[in-house]
Amino acid sequence: MAEVLEKEAFVLPENIVDRGSHYCPGCHHGIAHRLVAECLSELGLVDETICVSSIGCSVFIYNYIDMDTIEAPHGRAPAVVTGVKRARPDKFVFSYQGDGDLASIGLAESVHCANRGEKVSIVFVNNTVYGMTGGQMAPTTMIGQKTTTCPGGRCEDREGSPMKMAELMASLGGTAFSARVATNNMKNIVSAKRAIMKAFRCQTEGHGFGFVELLSACPTNWRMTPVAANERVEKEMIPYFPLGTYKDFE
Amino acid sequence: MSSARDGERIFIKGNEAVAHGALAAGCRCYFGYPITPQNDIPELLSSLIPAAGGQFVQAESEVAAANMLLGAASCGVRAFTSSSSPGISLMQEAISYMAGSQLPGVIVNMVRGGPGLGDIGPSQGDYFQAVKGGGHGDYRLFVLAPATCQEAYDFMIEAFHLAFKYRNPVMVLGDAILGQMKEPVTTWTPAAGDPLYHDDTEGAEWRLEGKGERPARLLKSLYLEEGALATHNRMLVAKHESMEQDARAEEFLCDDAELIVAAFGSIGRIVKSTVRNLRAKGHKVGLFRPITLFPFPTKQIDALAAQGKRFLTIEHNTGQMVDDVRLAVRHHADSAFFGCMPGDLPSPEDFVEPILNVLEGK
Ligand SMILES: Cc1ncc(C[n+]2csc(CCOP(=O)(O)OP(=O)(O)O)c2C)c(N)n1
Ligand code: SF4
Repeated sequence: MAEVLEKEAFVLPENIVDRGSHYCPGCHHGIAHRLVAECLSELGLVDETICVSSIGCSVFIYNYIDMDTIEAPHGRAPAVVTGVKRARPDKFVFSYQGDGDLASIGLAESVHCANRGEKVSIVFVNNTVYGMTGGQMAPTTMIGQKTTTCPGGRCEDREGSPMKMAELMASLGGTAFSARVATNNMKNIVSAKRAIMKAFRCQTEGHGFGFVELLSACPTNWRMTPVAANERVEKEMIPYFPLGTYKDFE
Repeated sequence: MSSARDGERIFIKGNEAVAHGALAAGCRCYFGYPITPQNDIPELLSSLIPAAGGQFVQAESEVAAANMLLGAASCGVRAFTSSSSPGISLMQEAISYMAGSQLPGVIVNMVRGGPGLGDIGPSQGDYFQAVKGGGHGDYRLFVLAPATCQEAYDFMIEAFHLAFKYRNPVMVLGDAILGQMKEPVTTWTPAAGDPLYHDDTEGAEWRLEGKGERPARLLKSLYLEEGALATHNRMLVAKHESMEQDARAEEFLCDDAELIVAAFGSIGRIVKSTVRNLRAKGHKVGLFRPITLFPFPTKQIDALAAQGKRFLTIEHNTGQMVDDVRLAVRHHADSAFFGCMPGDLPSPEDFVEPILNVLEGK
């Protein structure tokens, strides 16, 4: 009898919707979605999850992951997540937010949600720019990085320095887990998944607020090829935004 | 209402009546941020709600409180927030999203003087904000205006019912007078069979709870596909129009009145005393007190206009509801206006001269 020599190399997680992507080529939101979907599925959470989607390119996360979802106003996802979790403490609740969303307009909501120790998880995608609105400066934009609202490059004297959210969140009493990972290469993606798993377990095991920051690429607004964008994550972002776990419940 | 209203009779403030009424309505979550003159509401609920097995959160801002309400409402639980004027302004973003996403929640505004920081005294300056939308986009809130502590209690029960009936945010619009005055209130809880009875399966067909075996649900206000927002907004308009069936007003001595004073909330109650006093002196005046400010009781007041009545609108502002009165009676009559300013606490005597002036055609 002939041996089966072929094995399926690419299998979609059960909760990923098989459809065309609206993200730009080389965008890391797609990778982050897949990691979130895999973690939800491996932890058996899909059926009891309520997702809070935010403003920005990722508002459409609900088009790709099959789960109950509510859309929050720009930056307010941590407050919406709080309301959802308080109303349904028995459900798994998480938000998925960009840097403009979480670190700028919604900074107060983010800090206070963490500080209260809400038993929720936040997946934070840091691509150092406002993607959806066409590449304006974000609180995480790096010194010297050109955006449409700092065309000469971000200047520390004028615009301040890029905010380090994983460290800031770790400093708050209510945070039980905070880590920064990157999605620019296989090795980093594997650790990114491990961190998301842990941020999710932080909630399911009752430890409290879990936060994971993903350093991600926005080739379109960085005006780079996907390959160059991945290199930028490695060479420019990681040295300023060090990868690692800043607070852990274990 | 079929429930016997034979509960305990307690002596409480209007703000406290709001809190007790919410609990009787089956409210499980409260989110708020301190602001005078409504602080008794969060202060009381911080112990009552947890004791009833619910959740109390003092949010970091009104922006956050209203968005927490949005989140809880998306789960189909009964939740509310309360504030006063400047705080309500901050809540408008979430209120607009709730209207767009068709979420049922209750917002209490104990209005104080504005604009800006204004003062902490009573005012009705937020009428426009409450009934014309307030936040961005084309939407309406269902707005109830209590005039007594008993109504503050009763209308909270009704507000939750209406919020779920229409899947729309409902505002209870009081003011500093109502919030701070104390009077006896008969407590009651709607019993099974009462239309206002709270059934735990409410919202079961749309609420978020994890998809389980069914297809995933999505609550949103974003409609980008061509024509999708137009369809959505047409549906919202039809919903707002259908609220008309629940429009309501109190008519006091209107039948044989020559002049009818339109006034709502606390001012409506003060005018009622003026009307009573003027009647004792033989003046044919009456009171029309809209209880629902949106939907406005247009048919009811227009029916009075058709009988040839004249109108005067009295408000604790520079003239807001008078626009709706004029619109409602326009085929038959007009309305004069008398406004008092925030900071003034009007007494029934203050309205005698303005009413007699209009009655005597001065
Ligand atoms: C109150 C409000 N202000 C501004 C906007 C416009 N807006 C939409 S997306 C966005 C930036 C999102 O950037 P980010 O959170 O970094 O997400 P990305 O698109 O990069 O994934 C802004 C400012 C809005 N929708 N609401
Ligand atoms: S603009 Fe940037 S963040 Fe948005 S989809 Fe394109 S690459 Fe991704």
